[in-house]
Amino acid sequence: MSTQKTIAETEKEIVEEFSLFDTWDDKYEYIIDLGKKLPVLDDQYKINENRVKGCQSTVWLATDFREGKVFFKADSDAVIVKGLISMLIRVLSGHTPQERLNDKLGFIQDIGMTTHLAQTRSNGLLSMVKQMKNFALAYKIKNSSIKDYEHGRAETKSN
Amino acid sequence: MIPSPAIKKTLDIAAIREQFPVLSREVKGRPLVYFDNAATSQKPQQVIDALVNYYTTYNANIHRGIHTLAEEATAAFEETRDTVREFIRASTREEIIFTRGTTESINLVAYSWGRQNIRSGDEIIISTMEHHSNIVPWQILCEEKGAFLKVIPISDKGELLMDEYRRLLNSKTRLVSIVHASNALGTINPVKEIIDEAHSAGAIVLVDGAQSSVHLDIDVQEMDCDFFAFSAHKLYGPTGTGILYGKKALLESMPVFLGGGEMIREVTFAKTTYNDLPYKFEAGTPNIADVIAFKTALQFIVGTGKEKIRKHEHELLTYATKQLEQIQGVRIIGSAREKVSLISFVVENAHPQDVGILLDNRGIAVRTGHHCAEPLMQRFGIPGTIRASFAVYNTTGEVDELVIGLQKAIKMLS
Repeated sequence: MSTQKTIAETEKEIVEEFSLFDTWDDKYEYIIDLGKKLPVLDDQYKINENRVKGCQSTVWLATDFREGKVFFKADSDAVIVKGLISMLIRVLSGHTPQERLNDKLGFIQDIGMTTHLAQTRSNGLLSMVKQMKNFALAYKIKNSSIKDYEHGRAETKSN
Repeated sequence: MIPSPAIKKTLDIAAIREQFPVLSREVKGRPLVYFDNAATSQKPQQVIDALVNYYTTYNANIHRGIHTLAEEATAAFEETRDTVREFIRASTREEIIFTRGTTESINLVAYSWGRQNIRSGDEIIISTMEHHSNIVPWQILCEEKGAFLKVIPISDKGELLMDEYRRLLNSKTRLVSIVHASNALGTINPVKEIIDEAHSAGAIVLVDGAQSSVHLDIDVQEMDCDFFAFSAHKLYGPTGTGILYGKKALLESMPVFLGGGEMIREVTFAKTTYNDLPYKFEAGTPNIADVIAFKTALQFIVGTGKEKIRKHEHELLTYATKQLEQIQGVRIIGSAREKVSLISFVVENAHPQDVGILLDNRGIAVRTGHHCAEPLMQRFGIPGTIRASFAVYNTTGEVDELVIGLQKAIKMLS
């Protein structure tokens, strides 16, 4: 049996971690640290198609779909954005498209980082969250259309 | 109309700060340090009161009403036109056109004068340090007309290469559209010289005064510019209101920009005749409340004393430059001899956005990014800068806060 946490469980975990911080400086120090530790995205992924351009910082987002699950890899030229990306990946990577589509990402608000998503023009983060959803949706449609097609064929046969 | 400056030699900054209600608020649990004045300045209470007073006591549409409220609103609206004329020393009130802002003012010239006067093969000169608002309208025009956009390069210090400018000027040059003070570098350009040389070559000149109008003494007649564009909200006035100054003969020769009410004399389905200046360029109901309150903002500047404000802001600039230069890893972008009171800088190994977020975390408002001047950032090979821009109400104590905040941010990011 898989021991993988659900999206909600990981979110709860992050919220609990953040509750230990007394000051905003501590929160940012933690996020910066996460940003620094996020593995650098291989240059092969830093291509135009993966680029989520914000007004200020650039985000690269690469996805992979394996065994019915969506995996995310990402990078940014700004370290705080990278830290936030790191949390998003921790929460969202390795789940089915449906799980991703159902998620509201409430933890971002709970840890007080909503401002980073509110400024649509100032960074690529909001675009990245949207993009993560779009990928999930695309995989879901792709997946279900294959199934529908197969299902349809089966029905045709039975008729 | 504009009260004469007080006799005192220096400004009482504490008293000035009291006039700006927003300055007493806290951000992230600390007193707000507002260093984003080049984006928009804060508004003194009297400007806010003027807006409220208009809406509470004499809100009416202007120019055609015969009732008392309409007369009062019209008078107040037109008084601002006179105040603006005086503020930039235009010769007549007809030369003052109200727009939505600098961007619309420049677009008005591009669409009206530009479409009438620019032909295939003509050339328009701008500079590397232009705001997108003074690039894009001309690109659109050039593309439409088959004309060419020529760009004056700049030095590493952020100053125009005037010899290059002279080389670009020729008989095909129709227009030079140049920023008076750069929003991203602070550089004050030698507009008088630029204008004189353009005129000798037979070209006209538009000066983008978005940044200069609040800091420098503006005399459009002495400058001899053909157009001067600026926005009220950078001069302690309301948003959504701007000015286009144009020489009267030029404005008269130009076709109308937007069609609609207010700008007409007579409309039949066969033909419409247009109103006189300045109304010919003010189609539709204008931004009455904000225009009216802009007069109060200009009175605040003149009443405080433009020269005293300039001196205070210059002191802040000098002090901040000296302080920032001492921080290891900070590199100031733009070190022109003549600068308005703003500093753009980058921090080694730190993205401007990260620095901006951490400064905001200490209640310090700066701007980060490319400042709508992407070609300029490309010139310096940087994605953007951190910009601190100062206004009359800022203090050296606030600069110290910035320095502490920066040191802390650098430490956190390193």
